[in-house]
Amino acid sequence: MELTIIIFLLGGLFLGWSLGANDAANVFGTAVGTRMVQFKTAAIVCSIFVILGAIISGSGTTETLGKLGSINALPGAFAACIAAGLSVYIMTKSGLPVSTTQAIVGAIIGWNLYTGSSTNIQVLITILGTWVLCPIIAGLLSMLFFVITKNFLQKAKLHILRLDAYTRTALLLAGAFGAYSLGANNIANVMGVFVPISPFTDINILNDFNFSSKEQLFLLGGIAIAVGVFTYSKKVMFTVGNDLLKMSPVAAFIVVLAHSIVLFLFASQGISNFLQSINLPSIPLVPVSSSQAVVGGVIGIGLLKGGKEVQWTIARKISLGWVLLPILAALISFIILFVLQNIFNLAVNY
Amino acid sequence: MFGLKSASLFGDTKKLEREIDEFVDIVSEVGLVFKSIVPTYLNYSANGKFEEMVEKVKEMESKADKITKDVEHTLYEETLIPDARSDVLRVLEHLDEVIGMYQGNCYHFSIQKPNFPKEFHDDLIDLTETVVNCVEALCLTVRSFFRNIKSVRDNAHKVTFYEKESDIKFSSLARKIFDSNLSLDQKMHLRYFVEKIDRICDQAEDISDEIQIYAIKRSV
Repeated sequence: MELTIIIFLLGGLFLGWSLGANDAANVFGTAVGTRMVQFKTAAIVCSIFVILGAIISGSGTTETLGKLGSINALPGAFAACIAAGLSVYIMTKSGLPVSTTQAIVGAIIGWNLYTGSSTNIQVLITILGTWVLCPIIAGLLSMLFFVITKNFLQKAKLHILRLDAYTRTALLLAGAFGAYSLGANNIANVMGVFVPISPFTDINILNDFNFSSKEQLFLLGGIAIAVGVFTYSKKVMFTVGNDLLKMSPVAAFIVVLAHSIVLFLFASQGISNFLQSINLPSIPLVPVSSSQAVVGGVIGIGLLKGGKEVQWTIARKISLGWVLLPILAALISFIILFVLQNIFNLAVNY
Repeated sequence: MFGLKSASLFGDTKKLEREIDEFVDIVSEVGLVFKSIVPTYLNYSANGKFEEMVEKVKEMESKADKITKDVEHTLYEETLIPDARSDVLRVLEHLDEVIGMYQGNCYHFSIQKPNFPKEFHDDLIDLTETVVNCVEALCLTVRSFFRNIKSVRDNAHKVTFYEKESDIKFSSLARKIFDSNLSLDQKMHLRYFVEKIDRICDQAEDISDEIQIYAIKRSV
């Protein structure tokens, strides 16, 4: 493989690393931060399930991003990744809870605008609608789970120690499911733009098992996420566990479960096909924000408790991010593409 | 697996549950023994049966101490209930102090041998029973903190009720003592004993107040 291809792929791997460093905390932050689960345990489980989710169920969301704009040159994909990474960095520095999902969509639109490719407005509207739905559904789900769990615990009268043991196990299982869903839903952000121009070729093992070039890309992206989890997420997990989400371990489990279901719903081809088969509207397979699903879940529980603890400023910041981040990412993408094409003489589209 | 040690986690949990239950049983049992110690002392003074009961309280206190240490070590070594660990240990330590107060009272009776005239016997026995009932209610509060958070408030309310009863009975008895024809030094000596028994209720109420706060913290 040429060195330039590796350099261009580094853009996606960087995004994967930052996803692992930041979003693993949404899945295991409270569990590790409150010392219910050891970091080593969380990191191993998280890495394995992120990679599995990416390879097994990562196609759906990638296809949707592909419909929005199919970047057809490696330098173009590289520019989109760098633009997404930079814009997330800038917005995070400004204190807005944003995600790579919003950034990569903006960056793809930036590429469309720069190269004169058309943007599929219908797909764009679907994606935007999903971003709004994601925290709302997470909030509703966590409210539902909260009521069920509270009633169950009142009836079950578990000893505090037994509840602790069950909660640890539940946090670990919900975390594994969350990591799988994160990999399935968010791998599109990391590797989606490289799929149409994958430098890999399909590998056939014993004529039975086909390891496609897309799956190889997803494995690479999954490994990048895992590296992010191991190298940097510990700090973020302790911040999330101790500062942002000051809640009981049981409530944390509910939030992680609601978050994981939402991410899974928007990534599962199986559920989408099933709904279609019974004449219900299918769920769009769109990469959504893991952080915003968690915030939605936390707000849901806060509302059930009377709404006093709900930090509405965070909700406002999220909606601001939906608009500002894609615009910023599109702008940066536009500038990088201009630089790559005019200063480095690289073809950013064909 | 993966550092979670799930088998040992559930094993430790069951062992700790048993130990904590056993600890609360001891608090309750010491109370019941104390309830018999006071009339025994009043009727027969510090005789062999009385000393036997004091020895029993001492044994139970040592056993409770051992359990507290065991629970403390396991909770920290296995990093169990990280969110409520300090609250649980504080409750156990304060309950241990209640046992200590019962034991202290027994020793004071045994060493100082206060001379309670017959006219105060019923009142002292009545006060002792109220104090023991108060600690019984505290034991229920503790058990509900561990198993059924919803009933903490109801049981804590009973502790407060008995504490108020005990205050009334203490005041009435102290008044009777100081209105009597005993010498001032004897009056003060008897008041010291009555006050020390009543203080057990104050401690029980403080613990139940604490538990109510911990219960709010523990709500999902």
